[in-house]
Formats: sequence, structure tokens, C-alpha cells
Amino acid sequence: MRIVAEHLNYTYNAGSPFAVQALKDVTLTIEEGEFFGILGHTGSGKSTFVQHLNGLIRLPRSLRRHPKREDPMPVLTVGEYDLTSKKTDYTALRQKVGMVFQYPEYQLFAETVAADVAFGLKNFADRKHRPTEGEISSAVHAALEAVGLDASVAEKSPFELSGGQKRRAAIAGVIVTRPEVLILDEPAAGLDPRGKREIMELLHRLHGDFCKTVIIVSHDMDEIAENCTMSAVFAEGRVTHVLPPRELFRRGEELEKMGLDIPLVAKLCLELRKRGIEVDCDFTAADFVRRILARKGEKA
Amino acid sequence: MKDVAFGQYYPVDSFVHKLDPRLKLLFLAAYITSVFLARNFWGIGLCALVMIAVILSSRVPIHKVLRAVRGVVILIAVTSVIYIFFYDGEGEPLWSWGVFAVYREGIYFALFLVLRLFLLVTCSSMLTYTTTPVALTDGIESIFRVHVVALVMSIALRMIPELTGEVERIKNAQKARGADFESGGLIRRVRALVPILIPLLISSFRIAGDLAEAMDARCYMAGKKRIKYKKLAFGPRDLVGFLVGAALVTGVVLLNVYMGSVF
Repeated sequence: MRIVAEHLNYTYNAGSPFAVQALKDVTLTIEEGEFFGILGHTGSGKSTFVQHLNGLIRLPRSLRRHPKREDPMPVLTVGEYDLTSKKTDYTALRQKVGMVFQYPEYQLFAETVAADVAFGLKNFADRKHRPTEGEISSAVHAALEAVGLDASVAEKSPFELSGGQKRRAAIAGVIVTRPEVLILDEPAAGLDPRGKREIMELLHRLHGDFCKTVIIVSHDMDEIAENCTMSAVFAEGRVTHVLPPRELFRRGEELEKMGLDIPLVAKLCLELRKRGIEVDCDFTAADFVRRILARKGEKA
Repeated sequence: MKDVAFGQYYPVDSFVHKLDPRLKLLFLAAYITSVFLARNFWGIGLCALVMIAVILSSRVPIHKVLRAVRGVVILIAVTSVIYIFFYDGEGEPLWSWGVFAVYREGIYFALFLVLRLFLLVTCSSMLTYTTTPVALTDGIESIFRVHVVALVMSIALRMIPELTGEVERIKNAQKARGADFESGGLIRRVRALVPILIPLLISSFRIAGDLAEAMDARCYMAGKKRIKYKKLAFGPRDLVGFLVGAALVTGVVLLNVYMGSVF
């Protein structure tokens, strides 16, 4: 599913003294099959943007009907769904666009992991062709396996699991319906480096088998640079850059000024340049380690 | 970043907003006393005038103030209807039909009652419109000298936006998994709340635990004597507020004595 957004604006608490404009004229296209990274500081509008993609935040009705003359008409399409229309079937859309929120483990509620994972499956089920117990069970087990959880956890209470297992179970609860687009808001938040790496590996596996398009939202440029095929940078509600992530490294200075944590390697290059050493730096920390090891004659 | 207004507080910069919360609480007490003391239209009129002055100087838009009254409109309407039709006055009724009789006194009484209720609701909502919950608990603590009660109150108030945000997050997460909170009968809707309530309960315990730990880490001891980071201090502005309050009570009492009563 190709995602096209043009001239999106969104204001929280519109018309009150708490009004905050979170999106300002956002135009962005995400191609099918991409592992897309959305990068931005807290409050840059990145989460607001992705919540538009499955209709959790909808375009204001007034804007849909009578846009101000001088403003260009907003466009938002996700595959065949036109979210500017009044008749969008949001349930169908949400089945196609899975959303994993930040700290998804806090949404677990059911008595067993299996029941929790099946929650979405049952919600989206066609009223006429309810899935049988067997179909549900096999879908649940496939999802648990895909996130790397042992089949033995299925009958445990979700609250007995470890933190990392809970997060995997929560992701399983989203991918169980086989969404075409999977959106994850800060999927690695609060994990240690090893946990982060494991989650990213998991997402790469899902990108191949389960979901055509994966979109991750993050404030960590290393994470995006190491994993994504394409990236967009949000700042103060606007899209400032749309670049292949490696390009981000060349723009270290610009991005640092916008308050983003720039990749380690880019930081290193900036420092070297300040000291008059010109280095090419379009590689990631992992590449860097590989190169050093190669120089030393060892294998990474 | 969510669609929640924090309590009732209306954040603008105004004379009334800057008043000491303790003074505002005292003023509220004085105002309510005046409204109850007033025994004629002059007195209640004076109260109304003061309220208009307060509203104007607070820069809270009038539709916000009226919204606060909306909740008691039915109560006001019902009681005034009862007063108008069932109050037994002296002399000839203005109009009568069976058990219903409208007397001049009944109409006065109803009007008086409407004004009274209207002013009572407006003045207390003006307090919450112009005072942050934190300032309010500070004021209460300073007047009543009970720290723990004020602490519990301020934590409770602090948690309202926190928990509303949490509900919003959980609701969105479940909606993204196809949960439907808007359709179906009563039982279906109540059942649909389970996937929100259980995570919310767990989150509340987590937040409470985090808060307790954070307070503990800062060596909080409930019984110990405490000092204030920001001390409340009366200023010249508060003197003006005090004088207006005192003048109001005196004025109402004098009007009662000299202008007679409607009762």
C-alpha cells in the first residue's frame, strides 16, 4: 500500500488556549515495500502523523468540507483508502495498517497471551464467516512464532512474562491480522542495546514475511540509519528532509542544530572535520566496526 | 499533546489570576456569605455587580462562565417554577387556576432564587477558572495547616491529566486492534471497556509506584515539618481584593438594614 499525504495540518485542542499545531503542511509519500524511518524530536509531530495513517486521528470535518480558499486541499490516501472522504471504512483500514504504540506492553489485558493476541483477530473478523477456534489458534501460534516467542507462553498470563517478552507478545497481537503496513512508535524505547538489536532483527524478519511496509518512528538516528531504506525528518510539525538514511550522515550539522541526536559516526566525523581532517562518513556505526575489524584482519 | 483541557483552569494573565489563592478562597467565603445574607434586590444586585467586575477583570470569556452555569440550569428552572406557582402570598393572587396561584411575592422569590444560585455557581467556577489546581492546594494547605490532605489533593489533581492521557493511549492502542467502543447495546459496550480498564488499573499502580519511589528518593517523610519553595505572600494587589470583599459584606449588611427585605 502506497501512502500519500499532502498539505496535512493538525491542531490539538483547536480553538482553545491550549491549541498546539502539531502538523504544518506535511507532504510525504511512503512507497510500498519500504522500511521507512520517521525521525524527529519529542513534539515534532511524528506520532501525530502516523496516527493519521490508520484513522486514529482524523482530518477535521470542517477542513474536509470547506477548506480555506488560500490553503491547498489536504490529501491523504493509504493504498485504496481515501481518508479525506467521509465514507472511509476505518475498521477495514485498521486491519490493513497495524499500529504498535510506544510501550505496547501496557495494552495487554487478557487472561492468557493467546487470548490477548487473538483480540484483534476476533475484532476484525467478518461477521458472516467467523473464524473457527482452530483457525484462531493457528494464526495466534504463527504470530507468536514470528515474534520469536515459545509456544509454551501462549497459555501463560501476559503479566507473568518478562519485559521483552511482553513487548513481543504485544507486537504479535498487532501482526496477527497480517497488516500490509506495520507502524511502530519507538519500538525500542526503554530496551537495553541487546534488546534493541533483537527488536530490530525481529522487525526485519517481519518485513520480509508478514508485512510489506514497515514504518518506524524514532528519535534515534543510529536506529534509523542502521535499519531503514528511506527516512523522513520531522521538526516542529514540518517535514524538513526526505532522504535515504545514509544521506543523513552528511547533514550531521544541520540535524544537530535541529536538536536531534546525530549518529555516533557522524558526530565523530564532525569532530574530525573541525580539527581539519577530511573524512568521508556515509557509513553506519556497524560499518565502521566492520571496517576497523577488516583492517585488523579479523572477521566481524 | 492530546485533546484534554487541564481541569477547568483558563490560562490567561489577569488581575484575578494573579491574586493570592488564599485571598481568593477567603473572598469566595465572603462572597457566598454575602449572597446568603442579602435580603433584598439591592443587596443581591451589589453581589451581581461585584461578580460582573470580577468576570471582566479576569478576562475569562463570558461563554466559559455561562458553560459552568449550564449544569444547574434545570435545577434553577424547576425550583423557580415551584416558587412561582405554589408560593402563598398575601392579598389577591395575580393569576390562579385550581391549586396554582401566582403571587407577586412568589415571582420575587423565584427571581431572587435564580440570582442566588446563578451567583453561587459562577463565583465558585470563577475560582477554578482563575486558579491553578496547584495554587489552590497551596492556598488550602496554608489556611488549614494540614499537609497530608493537601498533598493527597494535589497528587489526585496532578493525576487527572496523567490518567486521561493513559486512557487515551490505551484506547487508541485497542482501537488500532479493531476494538469498537461506540456500537452495540449496553452490555456490549460495558464488555468493550474491559480491554481499557485492566491496562488502566495496572498503569495506575505502576504510576503510583513510580511516584512513591521518586518521592522516597527525594527523602520525603510524611510526618516531618516542611518548608516551601515558593512562599505565598500577600501584595498590594491582594489588598485591593480584600477591600472589595470587605466592602461587599459591609454593603450587603447595610443594604439589609436600610432598604428593608423582600421577605
